[in-house]
Amino acid sequence: MTITRRNALLTGQALALSAAIPGVLQAQAVPTPRRGGTVTVHMVGEQRVLNPALRASTGVYVISGKIMEALVDLDANGGPAPVLATAWRSSSDGKTITFTLREGVKWHDGKPFTSADVQFSAMEMWKKHLNYGTTLQLYLDAVDTPNAQTAVFRYSRPMPLDLLLRALADLGYVAPKHVYEGTNILENPANTAPIGTGPFKFSKYERGQYVIAVRNESYWRAGFPYLDQIIWRFVPDQAAAAAAMESGQIQISPEGGFALSDLNRLKKGNKFEVSTRGNEGNAVMNTIEFNFRRKELADRRVREAIVRSLDVNFFCENFLYGLAKPAIGPIPSTSPRFFSKDVPMYAFDKKKAEALLDEAGYKRGANGQRFSLRLVPAPWGEDIALWATFLQQSLQQVGIGIEIVRYDAAGYLSNVYKDWNFDLATGWHQYRGDPAVSTTVWYRSGSPKGAPWTNQWGWESAAIDKLIDSAAFEIDPAKRLKLYGDLATAINTEIPLWMSIERLLISVTNKSLQNNHNQPRWISSSWADLWLKV
Amino acid sequence: MTVLALALRRLAASVPTLLIILVGLFLLLQLAPGDTVDALVAQMGGGDAAMIAQLRQFYGLDASVPVQLGRYLWRLVQLDLGYSAIYAKPVLDVILERLPATLLLMVSALSFAFTAGLVLGVLAARRVNHWPDTMISTLGLVFYATPSFWFGLMGIVLFSIHLAWLPSGGFETIGSGLTGLARMLDITSYLVLPTMTLALGFLAVYLRIMRASMLEVLSLDFVRTARSKGLAETAVVVRHVLRNALLPMITLVGLQAGTLLGGSVVVESVFALPGLGRLAYESVVQRDLNTLLGIVFISAVLVIVINFVVDMAYTRLDPRIGAGR
Repeated sequence: MTITRRNALLTGQALALSAAIPGVLQAQAVPTPRRGGTVTVHMVGEQRVLNPALRASTGVYVISGKIMEALVDLDANGGPAPVLATAWRSSSDGKTITFTLREGVKWHDGKPFTSADVQFSAMEMWKKHLNYGTTLQLYLDAVDTPNAQTAVFRYSRPMPLDLLLRALADLGYVAPKHVYEGTNILENPANTAPIGTGPFKFSKYERGQYVIAVRNESYWRAGFPYLDQIIWRFVPDQAAAAAAMESGQIQISPEGGFALSDLNRLKKGNKFEVSTRGNEGNAVMNTIEFNFRRKELADRRVREAIVRSLDVNFFCENFLYGLAKPAIGPIPSTSPRFFSKDVPMYAFDKKKAEALLDEAGYKRGANGQRFSLRLVPAPWGEDIALWATFLQQSLQQVGIGIEIVRYDAAGYLSNVYKDWNFDLATGWHQYRGDPAVSTTVWYRSGSPKGAPWTNQWGWESAAIDKLIDSAAFEIDPAKRLKLYGDLATAINTEIPLWMSIERLLISVTNKSLQNNHNQPRWISSSWADLWLKV
Repeated sequence: MTVLALALRRLAASVPTLLIILVGLFLLLQLAPGDTVDALVAQMGGGDAAMIAQLRQFYGLDASVPVQLGRYLWRLVQLDLGYSAIYAKPVLDVILERLPATLLLMVSALSFAFTAGLVLGVLAARRVNHWPDTMISTLGLVFYATPSFWFGLMGIVLFSIHLAWLPSGGFETIGSGLTGLARMLDITSYLVLPTMTLALGFLAVYLRIMRASMLEVLSLDFVRTARSKGLAETAVVVRHVLRNALLPMITLVGLQAGTLLGGSVVVESVFALPGLGRLAYESVVQRDLNTLLGIVFISAVLVIVINFVVDMAYTRLDPRIGAGR
């Protein structure tokens, strides 16, 4: 399938349809899955720590999501699906959430999985070390374990159940207590040789080369997995990876770590599927971050003028091969629950932009320039580099000079978020299922200096802070949605930060792989039902 | 005995150099914006302030620069290269893991380049200004002028994708469980393309040096003497000319020993080989100071050793060099 926007929409409708009429999918002739075989997976970066209870990152899930399991996962429609937890309920005040755990689950070393493991993971890992987790579980007081199959999470402030469940698909991986207890958690060897309950058992990790996991014969889901072995190979060079994909050494590149031109080429043949299907949970938005310490940028009219100078549609179609679309508001449209399209938008209009800049008092000088800004682009992703150049050229046309300053990853984070040494910055906002997990930190004031991907702009709004806080503790789902709608409107009115483009991760999959990409966070999921056609 | 004394003297003389390199590199890396925790967080794609502070403390980055440097040097004196922040294991282990691939690649590439360069250089010099010389020299120029990554990529396109003769990247078939001869052949098939890619650039240099050096020696008086005493041309070339013409080649090998150990970032990246070059590059990007300093330390020591061996080789080729000592 080629990915045009129309196709993406059609897929969405198809998903909705199959949900509405259960049995539609089953009615199709389903080929019998074949057992056995090895799938080799392309990894762009090497995370090195393979414990998803300590490191929340897609790069970790792609490997460890097959070895370790979370309390819940997402189903085809993005709702919570039971994994290690089979049932859940919230008390009426939203402060107590009770999970019933699956029985008969064993760790790969043979020990039984119990509520003590959940308690340990939550209190010692998610709350203390896990990125995003420490924020999510900030008000978690204790986890009670009345019996081996029940874990009761007690919070000091209300925790919306829908938020918790959606977040736990990523931030709820359970690690074995008996392996970690009494050791230094960060130095534990199991962090690079994970022991889990998942369909595949960790076998070997050769640094800089590959990770291997083999079939777990005593997996709790009887009859699964189909594959014998999964190999993850680290191939950082894009051209080398594309060659390995074409020569069949690699069957899937979940994060699509190829050059955009290679993606465009690969999708033309009939050997590979180049698609965003099944990556709805991995949405990325290209940001424009303003430093309010620059007096020009502190003026809302200047920020609106900048937004109005950009022909985002043109950029998506011509630079990104149509693999992206303009964003509307701070939440991506792939998160239909929270997405609101009734927000103020600013159409591409250079005349209007120039008028706004004139009105703000920044007339063109003798050289045709109004003022000049330093733009710091993040070093990851070809799209960011292209977008930075596009910004530069678009803004020059309305009289704003742009100097692009490039750093590597560490340099980017410390210059932008620690030293505030930028005027404009552009990178990715990675959306993680619920605005409270990944999005509101970009807008909430009071973030400690140096915390990456948070509000370090020197901008503060009491009204927006209040909306963010009340939504985070609102246990009525309907009210919560309403609050996020209001928040999106307020944000697009103020323009403290501009989400300009939304994209999904693009996976490249060899068509011999069956049952692939069948849920919104598939690349992170367990792959228990993945099989290989001869 | 004198060799040992000489070796010790050399080693002692290089200690200050080594110290300057290490301290200089340490301070240079302090100038780079961001530290290893920033790099880690960037790779994770998300982190919060509490976790970041915790990690900084864990890696000892909360101490001042002089304290960190002092700690590092103190450990080095005890021959402890420290702990790698990004690989979560001792630096020595990380380097030793990568060393075989780098050495194998570099030794095979250099040997191939040296042998082929020598043969082609001699051929070109023997037929100077005739068609074999023109052809060999032109070929050398093409090899020298073409960037090695391009050779690598074209090699992959032709031999891996179109012809499917050789694997496109990696060090060996993963999880194949091969041993002994079968494993050796497997690794060889993976090494053909990267070795050739890397060797072509070296080859061009060796070829030109060899040709020039041969031509120079061929015009010397003792060659005329050798010919006039009735030696066959082959004997003249092999026994008299070649031996003398080899000295510049040996010098070059000594100089390139550094490159050899530093690995080749480009070739290692294109062929996804787990070598030292990529490790060094990644250590810079990830600001993994301990690993980077460890690589520099080990490489420096090995360069010193290799240059020592090269000096010994001089003495064997030309006994006059050793005589003065």
